[in-house]
Amino acid sequence: MSEIKDTLIPSVGIITDIRQDTSDVKTFRVNAIGPDGKPNGKLFEHMPGQCAMVSVPGVGEGMFSITSSPTNKEFMEFSIKRCGHLTTFLHQLEVGSLITVRGPYGRPFPVNETVEVQGVNLKGEDLLFIAGGIGLAPLRSVINYVKDNRADYGEVDVVYGARTVKDLVDTDDLALWKNEIEGFHVHLTIDVEEENWQEHVDNVGFVPNYVKELVAAGKISKNKKVLICGPPIMIKFTLQGLLEQGFTYEQVFTTMELRMKCAIGKCGRCNIGSKYVCKDGPVFRFDELNALTGEY
Amino acid sequence: MQRTNEIIARAKELLASGEVNRVLGWRKGEYSYDQSPAVFTESNIDELVYDDFSTPNLSKYLVKETLKEGKIAVLMKPSDSYSLNQLLTEHRVKRENIYVIGIPAESEIDLRKIEALGVKGITDIEADETNVTIKSIYGDKTVAKSDVLLDRSINGKGTKHVIYDELLCCTEDEEAVNEDTTSRFDQLKEIEAMSSDERYEFWRSELSKCIRCNACRNVCPACTCRTCVFDNPDSQVDAKANTTSFEENMFHIIRAFHVAGRCTDCGECSRVCPQNIPLHLLNRKFIKDMNENYGEYQAGAVEGSRAPLVSFTTEDIEPNAISDGGKA
Amino acid sequence: MKKIAVSRLPELYAMITASQKLYLPVENGGKAEYKEYSEGADVALEAVNTVKSAKDFIFPQSEDLCGFKVTEKTIEVLDLKKASEPFVLFGVRACDAKSFEILDNVFLKGYLDTYYEAKRKAGTIVTHACNAPDTSCFCSTFGIDASDPAGDVTTWTTDDTLYWQANTEKGEKLTEAVSSLLEDADEKAVEAKKNEIKEITEKLPYAHLSLKGFDEYNKENLDRLFNAPEWNELSEACLGCGTCTFVCPTCQCYDIRDFKTNDGIKRFRCWDSCMFSDFTKCAHGNMRNTQMQRYRQRFMHKLYYYPDNNEGTFGCVGCGRCVAKCPQHLNIVKVIKKLGTDGGNK
Repeated sequence: MSEIKDTLIPSVGIITDIRQDTSDVKTFRVNAIGPDGKPNGKLFEHMPGQCAMVSVPGVGEGMFSITSSPTNKEFMEFSIKRCGHLTTFLHQLEVGSLITVRGPYGRPFPVNETVEVQGVNLKGEDLLFIAGGIGLAPLRSVINYVKDNRADYGEVDVVYGARTVKDLVDTDDLALWKNEIEGFHVHLTIDVEEENWQEHVDNVGFVPNYVKELVAAGKISKNKKVLICGPPIMIKFTLQGLLEQGFTYEQVFTTMELRMKCAIGKCGRCNIGSKYVCKDGPVFRFDELNALTGEY
Repeated sequence: MQRTNEIIARAKELLASGEVNRVLGWRKGEYSYDQSPAVFTESNIDELVYDDFSTPNLSKYLVKETLKEGKIAVLMKPSDSYSLNQLLTEHRVKRENIYVIGIPAESEIDLRKIEALGVKGITDIEADETNVTIKSIYGDKTVAKSDVLLDRSINGKGTKHVIYDELLCCTEDEEAVNEDTTSRFDQLKEIEAMSSDERYEFWRSELSKCIRCNACRNVCPACTCRTCVFDNPDSQVDAKANTTSFEENMFHIIRAFHVAGRCTDCGECSRVCPQNIPLHLLNRKFIKDMNENYGEYQAGAVEGSRAPLVSFTTEDIEPNAISDGGKA
Repeated sequence: MKKIAVSRLPELYAMITASQKLYLPVENGGKAEYKEYSEGADVALEAVNTVKSAKDFIFPQSEDLCGFKVTEKTIEVLDLKKASEPFVLFGVRACDAKSFEILDNVFLKGYLDTYYEAKRKAGTIVTHACNAPDTSCFCSTFGIDASDPAGDVTTWTTDDTLYWQANTEKGEKLTEAVSSLLEDADEKAVEAKKNEIKEITEKLPYAHLSLKGFDEYNKENLDRLFNAPEWNELSEACLGCGTCTFVCPTCQCYDIRDFKTNDGIKRFRCWDSCMFSDFTKCAHGNMRNTQMQRYRQRFMHKLYYYPDNNEGTFGCVGCGRCVAKCPQHLNIVKVIKKLGTDGGNK
């Protein structure tokens, strides 16, 4: 029996900053509210890869990845793409608007010995992050965590792709990782060629092919632990390529998203076979997913 | 059994000739009484059955089936043919993908009435021309068939198929519409005789049993909206449970209004309701009122006909004639 | 073991009602339905299955979670959990009693559901052995004994006597409260009754269902079941309604919704059904797009996923409600027979 009670009742948070990442992605900075009604620290602590239920009362509630790193002690952030009922409403909010948040939920990426997956963690490992589109958002939390605990991890590669230059999210972070962090290598790609693309990205082409090329060229070693997030089709083909090049399922971690209502493994809709994405995930190692039904 | 064999033989011919690639009928269950609608091909056509327990109306399945490749043969009872005609009128099924086999009505047995007899532990049910024998681990019981029929087969629509490509086990001479168009309204008399307060209480009491399973809507051949307003998050009225004590009444009353003029009175709503709410009475009341106010109209009788509520004539009664809510 | 004459049951009901609420099966238009007891109620103690199961009293069809008072500058979150008054649920069948244990695994393990817990704690479950198990009963398949149900108190009736056996502390407390009406009894009549019920259970149509093929939780068996072509045939007539789920004593899936009232916003949860087309629908798509997938989910949950997560305990208690109520006669028994490795028959 657990001691975690009443988790369905949220806390109130205040939006303290909104960044327009792309035409349909905004990043919301959220703080707790102090007794004086002013922003006051974080609502709660989390680990990279964990999620929270964000809600506008009267509109609905949805599961979103916490995209800021736990090493950020001042606030937490959510990068949210406008695609449905709730997200459209969230995009209309302004700085100072109130929302409700509950969490954190789910199994984080295994960044250290306290949060292992299948008995392993990423400490001391060389890492390869692969993201497409808004898929960078959940990985951003991990990458910044790694950045802030730099001594604990080896070489880091980030391969990130979007449709166009305008669709790249977190460009400030990307620039920081690329230029200022020792041992970080950032490889950017866009799907279709556009004018002066060389000023912004390193490559034109889809993520799966780009990853293949980088590995084939020896720019990315095959002993890396891989963290991947993006559109299902991108994940599918990238994984296929990695396996062909000698990576194993046990090397690759991803984070899943399905419809969720309760976030605590009870409302019954986010299961893949016997596992619930909200509590057994959202982070899975691919060999774990292979043991399930494939219904995702 | 005789009919089942004839139907299977004919279905096999149609499948073998390539005239159709599927047959929509009823599949044998574990027992005589638990049949389910099913689509058959040559490989499983022998599982088809047609008898007193083949109660589900098959017409609505054609909405989904006629989107598929090739022609499907459908077994059509007289009463259900009205539903198909109505679906054709509303352009919800593709006529060119359907081969309609008109089959005679069996006397449809109402499992609810059997349940109400209090027989428990039923192992099987056998029916002949006049009697139904319920076999049970506590002993058998025989009742007159006429006592356990679905209401719709008692107040039925006659033996006429309003649409068919061929008739099987029956002939054109035997096709007859029900002369008696009013006895089905007898069940309403009791409710109409109530004061409006009593009537309100009657429906509140019946509708409050609703568990919001949506079986009535999902089985209804007139409910073919791609997304029902009650399922649509953008409608602001979507809900899976009653948030107020009046909400389930709203659901049923709105649904009754929505199918008014299109409901053929097939009775499936009441057959499927797990709470035995006599939902068809709401629809019948609409039919009766429309008949009285706009002249007799049977939805589905004629393909392409316009229902009274969607066609204006100068003969129509003035709206204020019914605006006092029937209290007059 | 205690006893009371059946003719004096109204006195017993009245005595319980004096200190707490009493819910029991009451005749309701030809059906039995759990209702609050009031004097003169037409109690249907021997009716086997109520239409809706007893779970309604610990996991109601809809339940307020919290409220929001929203102004331009503030959101006030209100805890709408109601204090649970003690109540007695009387006449619960062995199957429904077992269903509480199945729900406990969901609501009390991991994150504690305090809404559920409060009602679970407040309720005293008085079970009743089934004198006449019905057509669609198959609780014995899941190792449930209709002649000896669990619960805080177990009762049996012979022709004119109700026998009463307290099993737990809560049960003892209730026994104490009504002790002035109870007499001591020996177990002979109950033992005879149990044997009689067991004999009947053996003869039921579904008495010899076998779960072979649903008892191994590994990738090979998962793939065999999940990818079985038979699901198409089993589900083809499915209307996508929620009858099976809403009458089921173990279905626990719920939806969370907001409702705007004149007095602010209420967030409530309500039963949901994996059979509904929008159950898994979200802005970017739906991973269960066809009715076959949704149908498969429901039965895989009962027969594979739930036992996989709960040491082999099945998520079905064989109450037979879904078997009796499916409008098109699709049901879990047919699934077991089609996909069981020995054809579903012992």
